[in-house]
Amino acid sequence: MDPAALPASPINLDHPGHYLHWGVIQLSVANLVVIAAMIVVFVLALLLPFPKGKGPS
Amino acid sequence: MSIGWTGRTREAAIRALPPGKLLPDEQPAYVASWIYVFGVLTLSALAIVLTSGTVLALAGPAWWHTSALGHFVNSLHLWSVELFFFFMVIHLWGKFFMAAWRGRRAMTWITGVVAFATSIGTAFTGYLVQQNFDSQWISTQAKDGLNSVGIGAFFNVLNFGQMLLWHVILLPLVLGVLVVGHILLVRLRGVVPPIPHTVDHTDAAEDKS
Repeated sequence: MDPAALPASPINLDHPGHYLHWGVIQLSVANLVVIAAMIVVFVLALLLPFPKGKGPS
Repeated sequence: MSIGWTGRTREAAIRALPPGKLLPDEQPAYVASWIYVFGVLTLSALAIVLTSGTVLALAGPAWWHTSALGHFVNSLHLWSVELFFFFMVIHLWGKFFMAAWRGRRAMTWITGVVAFATSIGTAFTGYLVQQNFDSQWISTQAKDGLNSVGIGAFFNVLNFGQMLLWHVILLPLVLGVLVVGHILLVRLRGVVPPIPHTVDHTDAAEDKS
C-alpha cells in the first residue's frame, strides 16, 4: 500500500519519541499521557453519579 | 443406582451456581457506581481483541500487511488491546482500594492477578510477532533481560515461530481459562461490597474459615 495514500496523522509522528528520565527510570511521554488519562478516568469513575435505573416494579 | 461422575459433577455445579446466581438479573445497590463498570469493560475489550485476532489468524500476515482492510483489522487488534489494559488497570485500582479479597474472595483476587500477568505475556508476544523493526528491537532487548534471570533456557523470544504459537494458542488459552474461572468466582462469592465505616468482624471471621 502506498504510504502517501494513508490519511495524515493529527500529530507529527515522523521523529523519535520523547522520553523523560529520573535516574534509572525512563518513561516515554506517550506512556505518561496514558497513565495520566487512567488516573483521570479512575477519579471520574469515583466522583460522577451513576444513572439510576427503573428499579423493580 | 449410582449417578456416575457426570451426574455428581452436574449436581455439584448446580448446587454451587444455580442459574439465578450464574446469570443474575439484578445486583446489590452498591454496584450502582461507575467504578464497578470497569470489569465488564475489560471483558468487552477482550472480546474485540479475540475477534480481531481470529480474523487476523484466518487471513494471514500477507493480508494484514498489504491491504487496507488488513491494516484496519490489525489496528483494531492493537487498539482493543490498549483499551483492554486501560480498563483492566482501572479495574485493578478500584478492586485494590476496596480490598476486594475480603469475604473469602482471595481466589477471585489471585485469578485476576495471574490473568493480568498472563495478559502482559500475551501482549508481549504480540509485539514480538509484528514482523517490523519494533518487534526486532523489543525481542533483542527482551532476550538479554530474560536470559539474565535464567528464563531464556525455557523459551527463545527471537524464535518467531515459537512466539507466534505462544501468542495465538498457548497464552490466549491460559488467559481464557483464567478469565472464565475469575468470572465464575465473582458469581460464586458475589461482587465485593464497599469497605464499611466500622470494621466488619463477619468478613474477618469468613476469611479465617
